[in-house]
Amino acid sequence: MTTFTVNGEERTVDVPGDTPLLWVLRDELKLTGTKFGCGVAQCGACTVMLDGMTRRSCVTPVSTLEGADIQTIEGLNTPEAEAVQAAWVNIDVPQCGWCQSGQVVSAAALLYEIPNPTDEEIDQAMAGNICRCASYVRIRQAIKDAAKTLEG
Amino acid sequence: MTITQNRRNFLASSLGLVVAVSLPLRGRAQSGAALAFQPDGTAAAFEPNAFIRVGEDDLVTVIIKHIEFGQGPMTGLSTLVAEEMDADWSQMRAESAPADDEKYKNLLFGLQGTGGSTAMANSYTQMRKAGAAARAMLVQAAADEWGVDAYTITIANGVLTSGDKTSTFGPLAAKAAMLTPPEDPPVKDPKDFVLIGKDRPKLDSQAKSNGTAVFTMDMDLPGMEYVVIRHAPMLGGTVASYDDAAALAVPGVTAVHQIPQGIAVYATSTYAALTGRNALTVEWDDSVAETRSSDQMMKDLSALATSETGLMIEESGDITSALTGAAQTIEAEFHFPYLAHAPMEPLDAVIEVKDGSAETWGGFQFPGFDKQAVAGTLGLDITKVKLNVMLAGGSFGRRAQPSAQIGSEIGAIAAAAGRDGSWKLIWTREDDLTGGYYRPMTVHKMRGALDADGNITGWHNTVVNQSIMAGGPMEMMMQDGKDPTSYEGSVKMPYDLANLRVDWVRAESKVPVLWWRSVGHSHTAYATEVFLDQLLEAGGKDPVQGRLDLLKSDMTRDRAVLEKVAAMAGWDGQKVKNGKGYGVSLHESFNTYVAQIAEVEDRDGFPHVTKVWCAVDCGVAVNPNVIRAQVEGAIGYGLGSVLFNAITLGEGGVVQEQNFDTYRMLRINEMPAVEVEIIASDADPSGIGEPGTPPVGPAVANAWRALTGTAVTTLPLTTPAGA
Repeated sequence: MTTFTVNGEERTVDVPGDTPLLWVLRDELKLTGTKFGCGVAQCGACTVMLDGMTRRSCVTPVSTLEGADIQTIEGLNTPEAEAVQAAWVNIDVPQCGWCQSGQVVSAAALLYEIPNPTDEEIDQAMAGNICRCASYVRIRQAIKDAAKTLEG
Repeated sequence: MTITQNRRNFLASSLGLVVAVSLPLRGRAQSGAALAFQPDGTAAAFEPNAFIRVGEDDLVTVIIKHIEFGQGPMTGLSTLVAEEMDADWSQMRAESAPADDEKYKNLLFGLQGTGGSTAMANSYTQMRKAGAAARAMLVQAAADEWGVDAYTITIANGVLTSGDKTSTFGPLAAKAAMLTPPEDPPVKDPKDFVLIGKDRPKLDSQAKSNGTAVFTMDMDLPGMEYVVIRHAPMLGGTVASYDDAAALAVPGVTAVHQIPQGIAVYATSTYAALTGRNALTVEWDDSVAETRSSDQMMKDLSALATSETGLMIEESGDITSALTGAAQTIEAEFHFPYLAHAPMEPLDAVIEVKDGSAETWGGFQFPGFDKQAVAGTLGLDITKVKLNVMLAGGSFGRRAQPSAQIGSEIGAIAAAAGRDGSWKLIWTREDDLTGGYYRPMTVHKMRGALDADGNITGWHNTVVNQSIMAGGPMEMMMQDGKDPTSYEGSVKMPYDLANLRVDWVRAESKVPVLWWRSVGHSHTAYATEVFLDQLLEAGGKDPVQGRLDLLKSDMTRDRAVLEKVAAMAGWDGQKVKNGKGYGVSLHESFNTYVAQIAEVEDRDGFPHVTKVWCAVDCGVAVNPNVIRAQVEGAIGYGLGSVLFNAITLGEGGVVQEQNFDTYRMLRINEMPAVEVEIIASDADPSGIGEPGTPPVGPAVANAWRALTGTAVTTLPLTTPAGA
């Protein structure tokens, strides 16, 4: 049994300790916004916030999460996340959409750390998130747009 | 893919379309956001042979016959309907059509299917007619209601007006539903377009930015079990024997069954199924598997190129005399590896079997084939099977399966269980990358002739690869043993090359092959545009002016995109400037004309692409926003493959690349800036999902050769043989 907080709600799950958080979220808690892309922390589709940091949920065993605080795409409600999502919709970043939950989580985390990132800082922070549709041109632009929105 | 049928006949026979304007249940209507879309899992309140549903709440739902995996048919086809109905964009919704080869057929294929960049091309007239019919019925309903002549009624932004009478669509829906749809309603003159031709936001962006979009893998049914399959590690291998004792001992594993595709592990969670699969012991029969390595297969293809066993595909003039009489001849042999599509959502499907019927969900690109496969594997009458087409996390051709690969697997899973129930099949990335259905490994053996003035006087190309169409239901499309998807783009070139010959040699392998974004063009554009560039260079010609001079006089659209891209990039004839190389390419595919110029740097001996300029002519630009997005993405997709990707069979035939650590995807720090311009056109719209991909490889390779002197003939560029 492991107890942790997901999107502000305390959850207890009874699964083998080596079960990756990704499958706990998707199969047990029915939070399917977090996606499976590779299972080996290569693509970023499974990115969530864990105790304030981005984390690849596909390689995070649930046994390590006792007392942890997790936000998934479904519960992401920081000003940065809202600005990022609005910018994403405004210039139609998503194509197939599968990777975009992870992209949005990573982008919101970037803007929390660096409010006005340069192209290089964007590339560095987002290089762990693969988009097979290569929506990268718009991801760069939307992050800059969101930064502007946050500046007010 | 290129499946050419007589378009006029299909259109003529398809215009008996049915437009049902009816009242949906109020609860079905989506409230709020104009950006929502509605994958429909509930019972329909209208005749399903329809493309449009108008609710009393004014919502207009368009039934989209093409799968949505990012290329935009939900938005694009809804735009066509909204245009002809004079609807307001905020009232438009879209949902996927279920599998039905008659009602929802692709008019260019004759059955329901998405591929060959045909969604807009085959729907343009059909969906406008559907919208125009709905409009006419609403107008007639209003005329009857108000006691006025129909011609006095105008519609704008979803509001009908005649004198002082006004109404939105909803209050007229019930009355309109009683009318007979007009058979051939007139459509708008393009000069009257309000929506078509302007940037339009996509209907699915919001749900895809907040995690609420539901894909196949996100589905959950009561009591559903999770299933993974251990497939043969060797392509073509089969199960000899297996031991499932350890797998069945894994908590959560409920069953293990042998199915034709391998060993299926059933469990109460995905992780239990994966753990159970790891615990399986399987002995394989590899007697009919492909056991050659990629190196050996490439050698075999190369030998076939000079075997003179090929089929002559195109010939003009006398290539033999041209080569023997040339002042200079140049030869090059291009080697293209197998490529995996690697959509971000791996293959998957869901099935529910209950009381002698089955319902299936998946990202099916030829849903009719999968529906038949489900019925066949379960021994059900086809009328007892419903198949729903879901949003898919990419495809790039992988889900376009004439073999009904996933329909067969999910059907076999339910059949092996032998009971009512529901199951979700999940492929891992390892399953995906090692599972075959690759872009065919290909050789282009090229010979060119130049005269004393450096003019090209001869062109001979021998293409060698496996056929995609042979051996499946598409084989009937092949004429005289020729599979156009093997060499499309190497024939009917826009240039006048004086003496020309193109041959194709069909190779054989147990490795299953499939259409990969742009299909044959994915290698023919590279081979032809890189070799042409080499000939132009040898003849002392400029890459842009040299191409313009070679274009046949009637190739006006090719000429226009090339001149446009040269202007965009400020082309001045200098192939190297400030330490950067510049390369040009021009390639038409799927009736869309694309020219690109790439700007490339040398970073530690490897090419790094900083910018790509692209001019595109795809006929009427229904939604420039989506066209630009597709071109940006197609450039990134093509670039990643030419820079990094090869699926390689090692010694003995086992695929080496198992996941993204070894099959490397283009990442954001490797994505160039992209500038796209769309040529204004009143030609019927053509494809845009694929045509941006073929030209990027040759543009980059030509820039790299200009910068470094290295002509890359073996892909990818970053292999030792490449860069």
